[in-house]
Amino acid sequence: MSHETDWERPLEQRAKIVVERLNAWYGPVHAIHDISLTILDRRITAVIGPSGCGKSTLLRCLNRMHEVQPGARAQGEVLLNGENIYASGVDPVTVRRRVGMVFQRPNPFPTMSVFDNVAAGLKLHSLLSRTRFADTVERALRRAALWDEVKDKLKKNGAALSGGQQQRLCIARALAVEPEVLLMDEPASALDPMATLAIEDLMRELVQDTTIVIVTHNMQQAARVSDKTAFLLANAQGAGELIEYGDTPQVFTNPKDERTEAYITGRFG
Amino acid sequence: MPRIDFDRHLQQLQDELLLLGSMVEKAINKAVDALKRRDLEVSKQVVKEDDLVDEKRFQLEEQCIELIATQQPIARDLRTIVAVMQIAVELERMGDYAEGIGKISLMMGSEPPVKPLIDIPRMTEKATDMLSKSLDAFVNRDVALATQVCVDDDEVDALYDQVYRELLMLMIQTPEIIERGTYLLWAAHDLERIADRATNIAERVIFLVTGKLMEINVSKY
Amino acid sequence: MIGQYTRRKVTNYLMLTLCGLATLAAIAILLLVVGYTAVNGLPYLNLEFITQTARPLGEPGGGMRNEIIGTLILVGLASAIGLPVGLLAGSFLAEYGDGRVGTAVRLVADVLTGVPSVVIGIFVYIIMVRSMGTFSALSGGVALAIIMLPIVARTTEEMMRLIPATYREAALALGISRWRTIISVVIPGAMTGIVTGSMLAVARITGETAPLIFTALGNRFGFSGLLNPIAAMPLQIWRYATSAYDTWHQQAWAASFLLVIFVLFINISVRWLTARRYGYTR
Repeated sequence: MSHETDWERPLEQRAKIVVERLNAWYGPVHAIHDISLTILDRRITAVIGPSGCGKSTLLRCLNRMHEVQPGARAQGEVLLNGENIYASGVDPVTVRRRVGMVFQRPNPFPTMSVFDNVAAGLKLHSLLSRTRFADTVERALRRAALWDEVKDKLKKNGAALSGGQQQRLCIARALAVEPEVLLMDEPASALDPMATLAIEDLMRELVQDTTIVIVTHNMQQAARVSDKTAFLLANAQGAGELIEYGDTPQVFTNPKDERTEAYITGRFG
Repeated sequence: MPRIDFDRHLQQLQDELLLLGSMVEKAINKAVDALKRRDLEVSKQVVKEDDLVDEKRFQLEEQCIELIATQQPIARDLRTIVAVMQIAVELERMGDYAEGIGKISLMMGSEPPVKPLIDIPRMTEKATDMLSKSLDAFVNRDVALATQVCVDDDEVDALYDQVYRELLMLMIQTPEIIERGTYLLWAAHDLERIADRATNIAERVIFLVTGKLMEINVSKY
Repeated sequence: MIGQYTRRKVTNYLMLTLCGLATLAAIAILLLVVGYTAVNGLPYLNLEFITQTARPLGEPGGGMRNEIIGTLILVGLASAIGLPVGLLAGSFLAEYGDGRVGTAVRLVADVLTGVPSVVIGIFVYIIMVRSMGTFSALSGGVALAIIMLPIVARTTEEMMRLIPATYREAALALGISRWRTIISVVIPGAMTGIVTGSMLAVARITGETAPLIFTALGNRFGFSGLLNPIAAMPLQIWRYATSAYDTWHQQAWAASFLLVIFVLFINISVRWLTARRYGYTR
């Protein structure tokens, strides 16, 4: 009898994103140093670590959003299904359609209705497409567990929803373009505990057919929701390094590195 | 309804515990049956199968630790997980008693028992009944049933008294059978301990439901 | 202790009174200007004033139809040139203006805002009127557009910069291209602000007189094409007001009042728009 009965979902461990010796800078500031890790398909990977350890930078490198900031650049390889998204000739716009992102603060477009917010990624992709989006919008809202709450308010402004609803609206907006990977940058840090748990349940639901990478400074959240946990820490020069990467239960019951243990038990520093 | 995933894990944990319970119950019945029928093959099997019980218990404990580490359980969730951990230990110990009975049977070898087994199967029946009742009480969070299990322990104690006195008399009359008589006495003692462990489980159930730790019925042994 | 407290109270009271008086003075001047032009202009403002053209000196009645139309055409022309250019320049400054070029453009725009309008009039006179050989509506429109340009560009920039980066990032992260993000997310978000700035710029140029002297020149007759001189209210006010005839003075007052009303209307519209922007109804 194996220890791994049906406790864990029996799922093939296929690599979705492979990060190889990734380095990133903001101008002269070295933000992350030589990070290599493999993100598994249809799993939730949590990235934890103290402030300034480069966890958000790592996340933003996975869909080439890092370089949007002035002076920011990245070096190394990020293989999405085996293809390097940093190879020359790769259009970052295309990468971002395949790897969506949800931000810390809910940021529905204030000038758009609930419907238009969800349809934004489809509508604004090209001037030409004039297809009807109603089906896609409904499906995205359903997947984000928001449909029942907003189906009568589709024409209302997205900013009129509650904080938790706004964040699920942003998730629906990201889902509407059907990305293969969803990056979440502290998606619940601006929400109350109930809305937070709702987002976490939603993540477990979504991960049935997408891959999720979540950055959080809330260790308990990482423990609750993720399958794999990566712990980052800034080195002496201030650049974030990968200290430990493993199955979440292992990291939280028996971390291999002293520094991980110190951080997750609150004895950091 | 939030925390769907955690709830599913909690349910799974309890299902696994019941599985362990039925494994132990089967082992007890099998061990006593083999002792009675003098079937050394089956006794060997019982001894060997205890490894599975031990393994299952460690697995359960690991899962409990994982849940505590990753899901930050509190209140009833926490009591459930703690209860599962402790009940798993009790069950594993019961398994060890079943293994002990298997070993006694092997030590007796091909020799016949000193007397036909009557009260020992009766003790077995009562003890396993207490075990399954205590697990039912756990599943249904049934304090009344759990209390009943604690009361039932007196019957097992009474049966043990009877077996003890009877065997003592026999051994005094015929000193040649002292060795075989002692073996049977051990087996009866193991069954008495199994019943005690069942009351421990019942007490855990009461803790789980009420949050209070208490000894319901102090066993005579 | 008590002494200090009393002193503070007196100082506080004194400063509050001074502030109140200064506010009163500012409001009083505004009311005086509006009231004075109203008292002098309102009696002569009637339908005829708006629909009739000017009559020869000595004949009673007549109006400023040509001048009103002229001003509308000039303001329209200036807006048609100044608004799009200003909007694009502002967008450039907001989105790509962090480099050296942006700093330079911003400096030029700020200097341009401070250049006296008469200088702009002379400038357009030299490069357009002299080279084309004629005063024209077009050159007037260009002069006014140049005055508008820095105002529109700078308010557009400021308003676009007010849009939080999170919205831009949200759009970019959806795989929306940069230019589409600017057009569909940033500009709509900044729209009320941009409209406000544009309307204030329009209000500002409506009353400009000096640059028109060198460009539009004025015209006693009706509109006769963009390449010919054109009449304008501020010009006519200036001419009538500096004349020696009472009837012309009356007409100048009436026209002044009309201009004040127009500018006031624009300002009140702006207030209404911004109130809606920052109010709780979204």
